[in-house]
Amino acid sequence: MATTALDHAPAHAHSKTGLWSWITTVDHKRIGILYGASAFIFFLLGGIEALIMRIQLAKPDNTFVGPETFNQLFTMHGTTMIFLGVMPLSAMFFNYMIPLQIGARDVAFPRLNAMSYWVFLGGGLVLNASWLFKAAPDAGWFAYANLTSKQFSPGLNVDFWVVGIQILGIASLAAAVNFFVTIVNLRAPGMRMMRMPMFVWMSFITQILLLLAFPVITVALIFLMFDRVFGTHFYTPSGGGDPVLWQHLFWIFGHPEVYILILPAFGIVSEVLPVFSRKPLFGYAAMVFSGAFIAFLGFGVWSHHMFATGMGPFADAFFSLATMLIAIPTGVKIFNWLGTIWGGQLQFKTPMLFALGFIAMFIIGGLSGIMHASPPADLQQTDSYFIVAHFHYVLFGGSIFGLTAGAYYWLPKMSGKMLDETLGKIHFWLMLIGFNLTFFPMHFLGLNGMPRRVYTYAAESNFGFWNLMETVGSFLLGLSFAIFLYNLWKTFRSGAKAPADPWNGATLEWAIPSPPQEWNFTEIPHVDGRDALWEAKRARGGSLPEPTLSSGKGIHLPNPSYWPFVVGVGVTVTLCGFIQGFPYVNLIGAAILFVGVFKWAFEPA
Amino acid sequence: MDQLISLRNALTRRATTWAPVPLLALVLAGCAEHYPQTTLLPRADFAHLVDHLLRLTVQWATLVFVLVEGALVYAIWRFRARPGAPEPKQTHGNTTVEIVWTMIPAVILAVIAVPTIRTIFITAEKPANALEIEVIGHQWWWEFRYPSLNIVTADEIHVPMGQTVSLEMTTGDVIHAFWVPQFAGKRDVFPRRHNNIWFKTEVTGNFSGQCGEFCGVQHGRMGFRIISQSPEEFQQWAQAQQVGSPLVNGGAVADSDLAKSLVAAGVPAPGLDSVLAKGKATFMASGCIGCHAMVGTPTAGLTSLLGPNLSHVGSRTTIVAGLLPNTDENLSKWLHDPQAVKTGALMVLPKKLTDDEVATLVTYLRAHR
Repeated sequence: MATTALDHAPAHAHSKTGLWSWITTVDHKRIGILYGASAFIFFLLGGIEALIMRIQLAKPDNTFVGPETFNQLFTMHGTTMIFLGVMPLSAMFFNYMIPLQIGARDVAFPRLNAMSYWVFLGGGLVLNASWLFKAAPDAGWFAYANLTSKQFSPGLNVDFWVVGIQILGIASLAAAVNFFVTIVNLRAPGMRMMRMPMFVWMSFITQILLLLAFPVITVALIFLMFDRVFGTHFYTPSGGGDPVLWQHLFWIFGHPEVYILILPAFGIVSEVLPVFSRKPLFGYAAMVFSGAFIAFLGFGVWSHHMFATGMGPFADAFFSLATMLIAIPTGVKIFNWLGTIWGGQLQFKTPMLFALGFIAMFIIGGLSGIMHASPPADLQQTDSYFIVAHFHYVLFGGSIFGLTAGAYYWLPKMSGKMLDETLGKIHFWLMLIGFNLTFFPMHFLGLNGMPRRVYTYAAESNFGFWNLMETVGSFLLGLSFAIFLYNLWKTFRSGAKAPADPWNGATLEWAIPSPPQEWNFTEIPHVDGRDALWEAKRARGGSLPEPTLSSGKGIHLPNPSYWPFVVGVGVTVTLCGFIQGFPYVNLIGAAILFVGVFKWAFEPA
Repeated sequence: MDQLISLRNALTRRATTWAPVPLLALVLAGCAEHYPQTTLLPRADFAHLVDHLLRLTVQWATLVFVLVEGALVYAIWRFRARPGAPEPKQTHGNTTVEIVWTMIPAVILAVIAVPTIRTIFITAEKPANALEIEVIGHQWWWEFRYPSLNIVTADEIHVPMGQTVSLEMTTGDVIHAFWVPQFAGKRDVFPRRHNNIWFKTEVTGNFSGQCGEFCGVQHGRMGFRIISQSPEEFQQWAQAQQVGSPLVNGGAVADSDLAKSLVAAGVPAPGLDSVLAKGKATFMASGCIGCHAMVGTPTAGLTSLLGPNLSHVGSRTTIVAGLLPNTDENLSKWLHDPQAVKTGALMVLPKKLTDDEVATLVTYLRAHR
């Protein structure tokens, strides 16, 4: 065994193509691409689920799908978009961009990084496998107890949800440890914390949120699993349990989760706006601290999801004030973005359009958020379509617009090809119009009494007109993503070659070739200030020469390994045994997991 | 209550001093008329309190929206790149400006927070001398009990106009939320716990409400009706409901008294006995009695059966949790095939009913007003 390390081929000679190279990869960039591709497929699935729901709701008393299917659709739509869409799309950028932006050659734990991806994929597949069993989760993405108890949900549906989310939680926690350590330890010399690009800062805060929030949902899910599999009574009132316990645990996770979904988008937009305004980010320190403050307060507002539960006036007042307080750092961020573009030279390239669209839409989501921070007002708004409007303005108008800006901004770096600008602009305008047509009328419907999660509504309710408009809007949204898909296909087939620095970027990823070589930086850069690349270009009187490819000789890279994949399979199979309790599946999974971890531990990195 | 009115006046005064607000309110309310379940046309004191807060926040949100989006659009237009323009001035921040735009939102939030907190405490206080009604959520229908009037009914709750009602709410199975948008906000109902909401209606009429918390397959069809009546009409209704109520004499009522009350309610006297006898026999033979309390049958006194109490079902304006108008055709449709009307509903027929049996049951049930 002692000679194994020497037997391995030099780093730059790893096989570069084929399925096996992807299964064994520990390269953060390839793992990022895996995250992105899988998440985008899941995202499209979630979108199709949404479109089916929109068809069902297009007219009153419709029977396109029945209530059971509809309940599965909205549960899976929410779960998919959050855990399999937005989070892993953010993870794509964490993976690909954090090491590049901090001038590192990889993440701190490359094999753990690969494991995170495989576990994530396992969780996503388990959740969606439920469709094949005609048992897709159907208790809502927040799965309120005691509807999830064995008594009221006897099928496999809730089991799939519990196990799927539990698996995904493991992936998120492992990834969060990894990125946290990476950012703390692997920054290039001279890149002090207060010189980090804003995307790295927001990602850093996101990892802290993940580390603190996911253990809570893990515990909550274990309780629920025990209730269902072993007959405990954590949430079942008949045995002395309390369904409200679930709500508290869920939202102590669930509200920070909202910031887990939005902070990376904040980071992306804070990268895009300065570059396309040709002006540094306004109020860097305020941006950092407002982000941290939002994250901190995010742990103290969970019960604003529960104003209708009757917590009493003191709890209502506390959570109301804490929630309103979050509007202040959020406002600071919006004003600082305005300050960034103010006085700039705005270039309306596609990433910039999406970043500006993000600001415009996020303002609306923020304002409606303040409206239900007032508990008595929230008693009317909660669980109505007003809330559906609100969180889509935050998570679609916010996160998805931000992530799409990131896609147009960074895909040239990742693929080495420029996306088509005209198609990008059509994508943007269709998405902006479709988005507002879909979600703005939901404000009216909610205030006019349409509850959410209803599979249909009566003609007398008069909800038909706006629902039809929303359905039209949702298909425009679908069309906008079809155009995006076409743009991707066209670009990867025959796109113009991307230079290293197509946007006059300010951060280190633009200093290296597009796509980067496996070792990222042939020489680790030295950083003297914020906007390191701008400073370097300025020092050279405007621009830098196109970087040349290097041979990578003498650069040590971690060896490829399939053990993370085996561990991913082991984790997934082990937990799958808890779907309706199959102990032998648990044991098989545990055996795979044990072998995987053992071999991994003794494999030379 | 005085406190309530003064708060309301204070809020109204504030609102009318700022011109666009009443305008906006009018627009909102103007559209709202067409929606029978709107929150924007409050018709009870609780809903008014909520509505004032909503209008206050809408007013500030609109102001902020116009200013900030305006600034954004202006900046996009004003600072668009011009060919050949030099690199813009590289500003990194401005402490004064940043402090100012941190303070302004704080002030606006305080303006919203103060009335919010006051309203929280006002709404948390259960008014004295209220008529108490017990609400019990079930998958997927609502049960209502009036302990002081000895009434048990389902899917339609009657309240006297101008008198505060206090709802003590719980559930027989999973979490639901009671919601009458025009009278009050939502309140979740939990197993083995009681939650409260109160309101005083200011008009008479038939209003619609709906479950507000996802509660399983038929959450979408868990509606109910709320009928606000003049105190006199309410009294008459209550008296009629007391005949054969499970809370009066254990549901026992003399056949002659029952017949008298049916005639009084407008059922034609000739043939009444045969309708009752035949209907009762079908009701008992078809398994209905397994889940439903019904006056004149052995279940009349039971209050914890799986299905709604049917003793006065003929007096209700709707059937199937507010879904269908209470007509012969609709009831017949429902009895022929409940799953076709409401998939997943817990009503099961031990055997399919014949047309004759359905017709008998429809006449029998609708006679009980």
